[in-house]
Amino acid sequence: MIRLEKRRMPSQVWTWAAPVVAVLATMVAGGAVFAALGKDPLVAIRTIFWDPLFSEFAFYYRPQLMIKGAPLVLIAIGLSLGFRAGIWNIGAEGQYIMGALAGAGVALAAYPLEAAWLFPAMVIAGALGGWAWAMIPGLLKVTLGTNEILVSLMLVYVAEKILAAMALGLMKNPDGFGFPGSRNLQQYPSATSWIDQAAGLHWGVAAAFIAVIAAYVLLSRHVLGFQIRLAGQAPRAARFAGVNTARLVLFCLGTSGALAGMAGLFEVAGPSGVVSIDFNAGYGFTAIIVAFLGRLHPLGILLAGGLMALTYVGGDMAQANLQLPKAAIQLFQGMMLFFLLAVDVFTNFRLRINLRGAA
Amino acid sequence: MEMLINIAAFMFVAATPLTLAAIGETVVERAGVLNLGVEGMMIMGAIVGFMVAVNSGSPVLGLVMAAAGGMGLSLIFAFVTQVALANQVASGLALTLFGLGLSALLGQGYQGVKPPAFPQGDIPLLADIPVLGPILFQQDPVVYLAIALTVAVFVFLRFSRAGLVLRAVGENHDAAHALGYKVVRIRIAAIAFGGACAGLGGAYISLIRVPQWTEGMTAGIGWIALALVVFGAWRPLLVGLGACIFGGIEAVQLNLQAAGVAIPVSLLAMSPYLITILVLVIMSAVRTGAPASLGRPFHASS
Amino acid sequence: MTGTLLAIQGLTKAYPGVLANDAVSFDIGTGEVHALLGENGAGKSTLVKMIYGLVKPDAGRMVMQGAPYAPNAPRAARAAGVAMVFQHFSLFEALTVAENIALGMENPPAMRDLATRIRTVSQTYGLPLDPARVVGDLSAGERQRVEIIRCLLQSPRLLIMDEPTSVLTPQEVAILFETLRKLRSEGVSILYISHKLEEIRALCDTATILRGGRKVATCTPAEKTARDLAEMMVGAVLKVPERHAAPSGDPLLKVTGLSVASPAQFGTALRDISFAVRPGEVLGIGGVAGNGQDELLLALSGELLSRRGMVTVAGQDVSREGPVARRAAGLLCAPEERLGHAAAPDMSLTENAALTAAARMGMLRQGFINWVAARGYAEKVIAAFDVRTPGPQVAARALSGGNLQKFVIGREVLQAPRVLVVNQPTWGVDAAAAAAIRQALLDLAAGGAAVVVISQDLDELMEIADRFGALNGGRLSALRPTAGLSVDEIGLMMGGAHGMEVAHVG
Repeated sequence: MIRLEKRRMPSQVWTWAAPVVAVLATMVAGGAVFAALGKDPLVAIRTIFWDPLFSEFAFYYRPQLMIKGAPLVLIAIGLSLGFRAGIWNIGAEGQYIMGALAGAGVALAAYPLEAAWLFPAMVIAGALGGWAWAMIPGLLKVTLGTNEILVSLMLVYVAEKILAAMALGLMKNPDGFGFPGSRNLQQYPSATSWIDQAAGLHWGVAAAFIAVIAAYVLLSRHVLGFQIRLAGQAPRAARFAGVNTARLVLFCLGTSGALAGMAGLFEVAGPSGVVSIDFNAGYGFTAIIVAFLGRLHPLGILLAGGLMALTYVGGDMAQANLQLPKAAIQLFQGMMLFFLLAVDVFTNFRLRINLRGAA
Repeated sequence: MEMLINIAAFMFVAATPLTLAAIGETVVERAGVLNLGVEGMMIMGAIVGFMVAVNSGSPVLGLVMAAAGGMGLSLIFAFVTQVALANQVASGLALTLFGLGLSALLGQGYQGVKPPAFPQGDIPLLADIPVLGPILFQQDPVVYLAIALTVAVFVFLRFSRAGLVLRAVGENHDAAHALGYKVVRIRIAAIAFGGACAGLGGAYISLIRVPQWTEGMTAGIGWIALALVVFGAWRPLLVGLGACIFGGIEAVQLNLQAAGVAIPVSLLAMSPYLITILVLVIMSAVRTGAPASLGRPFHASS
Repeated sequence: MTGTLLAIQGLTKAYPGVLANDAVSFDIGTGEVHALLGENGAGKSTLVKMIYGLVKPDAGRMVMQGAPYAPNAPRAARAAGVAMVFQHFSLFEALTVAENIALGMENPPAMRDLATRIRTVSQTYGLPLDPARVVGDLSAGERQRVEIIRCLLQSPRLLIMDEPTSVLTPQEVAILFETLRKLRSEGVSILYISHKLEEIRALCDTATILRGGRKVATCTPAEKTARDLAEMMVGAVLKVPERHAAPSGDPLLKVTGLSVASPAQFGTALRDISFAVRPGEVLGIGGVAGNGQDELLLALSGELLSRRGMVTVAGQDVSREGPVARRAAGLLCAPEERLGHAAAPDMSLTENAALTAAARMGMLRQGFINWVAARGYAEKVIAAFDVRTPGPQVAARALSGGNLQKFVIGREVLQAPRVLVVNQPTWGVDAAAAAAIRQALLDLAAGGAAVVVISQDLDELMEIADRFGALNGGRLSALRPTAGLSVDEIGLMMGGAHGMEVAHVG
């Protein structure tokens, strides 16, 4: 008979081993899927996880890792604060879109003005756009107790419709010969988020690193971080300690919204360049996986963001070289979260195998 | 007049996938489990049902396999949350992301294919009644199935012994365990039922309502179904009623789009989501009793 | 008594790190009220769970009327005629009385017939109950009746009762005892678990005493003094706490016309509560569980806000202030539920020390927490209150109930509060730890603090409180000095027997 038995203390080893085991298990299960698709699993895994870093064309792919990883890390850091506090913002994708629209809106309105203040103004507008979008579920939760999960998610669909309307209407490039999509901000020197495009370096990468450090300090040293952890683990104890739950909800949702909005702005002013109907690549959802895979810990999220970026870049390579469908990578990412959640049981429980059986 | 009858008739068509998914989730939540993966299970049902129907030529077999597909996916959730005791919110999200990925992968090559037509379920004699006939009695059989299922779940929860046990598990799993009920088994069964219903609802979209396959075609219906459970205060008949109201809104909205009324298309297209938010806001002010153990993990310590 | 109903022979059950039951043997006679006596942690619940089929013994066996008895589930136990009235966790608040009872039966009749049978049985045994009511709206005593009737409907041969009187007023206890005696006269055996010695001497024919998982003795309680029983149970002579405070001066805590709604769905609203506590005074607040105790603590801790002027600390109105401001004013609290309310289960003791002591003990600087200081304070609490733990890095949930309670009380006491409010300070705590906690509360009062002890343990309140009042339906009775207060008077203050006017006990 096999039983689970609660540990007296969460296992330190498993806290860090669980993501590693989950990734390995995903490689095995994913390999099986690739094999079922008629691809050599070892080649596929190597293409995804090894080649972007170490193949002869790695010089081209390594910058891509930063480009894909930055928005994931930036969004996931924000989400992790809420997830730790038991506040479930799953609408980061919508906040990302709204941030991008707000930031790009500033640039498109200012076009063709060249000014040093333009880009900072865009960043602020982007953060505000995402923040405001996240404040909708936040305020509804605080004032009426409305479920933030469903509201934030519904707002993703609303944001997508707004994006479509903008890309085809108000923000459409007047010089674009009727094609949908806005002016290309990459070609607008005051507005672009690129620092060094060849190196894959844009302001979002810098912001992601800053966010990681700030979140680390907040969670480990600051009383607000302590309150976030407390509210998530023991909500009643948090109220007893004097945590203002409403303020915490607004802080967590607002911060994650602002970071997602900034990520959207950096993306639309850099790698994407254009407000188009599908410029958003689902980073807002993938970041949920990144947050959990990184154990909601800032440093873990940094690593997990890198790993997830690898699956994107490697997935592109596998798509090009092995004709592996793009959906296979999406599946692969979903699988990783499942394996993590399943393996995580060992952090708080230990397996007891009773060989005498059920006597 | 013609248009009103059309809207009323289409209301049931639009309400059916919602009803199926929401009724399934009602049972799951009454058992104390919050499965946010409805969207993933629906899209899974949509593609599995579509593939089976196309390859076998039998839409009925497609529906059956769609239910099995949704159930299969839900059992992963059941394992992760009930056996490995993972966080239900995170696991539900994982299920949705996983389902979207898996369905996209399975659906490679099915874009643009036309599925076999589903037989109409006109009810003899009644179907010929003016006005009411086209609205109520010229629907496909799945519409009737959804209505029957709603009533059946109501009767099950309200009057049957097994329904009482299921509610007890959702109210207080520790007490149910102390009385000797198999909390985990009952919950897994409920989750599987919810998965089957969601799968069926998904297949209804891809096989009957649209009917074709596109990636991500459930477009948030699974999430709206989750909101409907809240809207219906966890009671099957109210949930069914809520689905009809949403179906009606959808029908009106599509008719307005088609008629080219002077409301921007994007505003009409986002109306189901905005109305869902509005409904959630209203219901949160009313505050109706959710099952007391909803979303809490259960581990028998003794 | 006519022979043995259930023979327990060498039952042993081990959990990691604890031997919960070590070769326990005794016999329960037919038509006997058999007491199972022991401190918290003595192994009573594990033993009972084995009899009821919730836990499988590692070794040993049971024999029921000559046949081997090894239930693998409660269902099997019920089939064999064993029924159990639980202390907690066995009712469904959102369901009706009849539904709750149906859930505890193997083959319940149709709902309408069941309702009739519930009425009949409840009248026969003097336990009036309306089958259609929702359990969440019932008082603690009424809830217990639901459980008892659920058991009686199955015509049990052995009825197990786990601490049944902890939720009853003295009058209700008397009625319960009548019911149990009636059952005994019908040949039903009762296994009665308690740590209340006088009750056992009044009711039980035989007593088996457990200590540290082992059986100490089986005896006839009527032939022993309460002191003998206590010494067998605890294994050492208990120290009675010393009181030497003399209340004087202006009130430190003043509550005036306090009325607030309960935040819980089935909670009790507080109605017009007024009292004042002076420096050096211990005010005891008794009452049956669920009559507003939790709400009173929340309203004092600041988790529930009240209207202006309702709560003042040393003249300062804190009614509209949250817990942080109240702590700054010197009003500290320790709630009943240790894990999850007073302490965060998965956090370390260091973090739990910072939970309430961060501001008062100088661990905060510009919003940043000084973890070295927090650790130091946790160590200080651990040392001063003899908390048994490897160190402050240990998670709160890894501590035993008594040790965690000492930590929680110590954390507040060492902050030198002006007013301390505690709810159930010794609930589920072993006798030695309970004595230490009571002494700490008295010492705090002796140092000039005002102390409010909310407790369902009347003996405890009589031992340490200067004045006593009881909560009943969210109202507080008039306060009386504890000296010279009789059990009958206390019972009336607690509201007498709830809804028992129509009862006919025969």
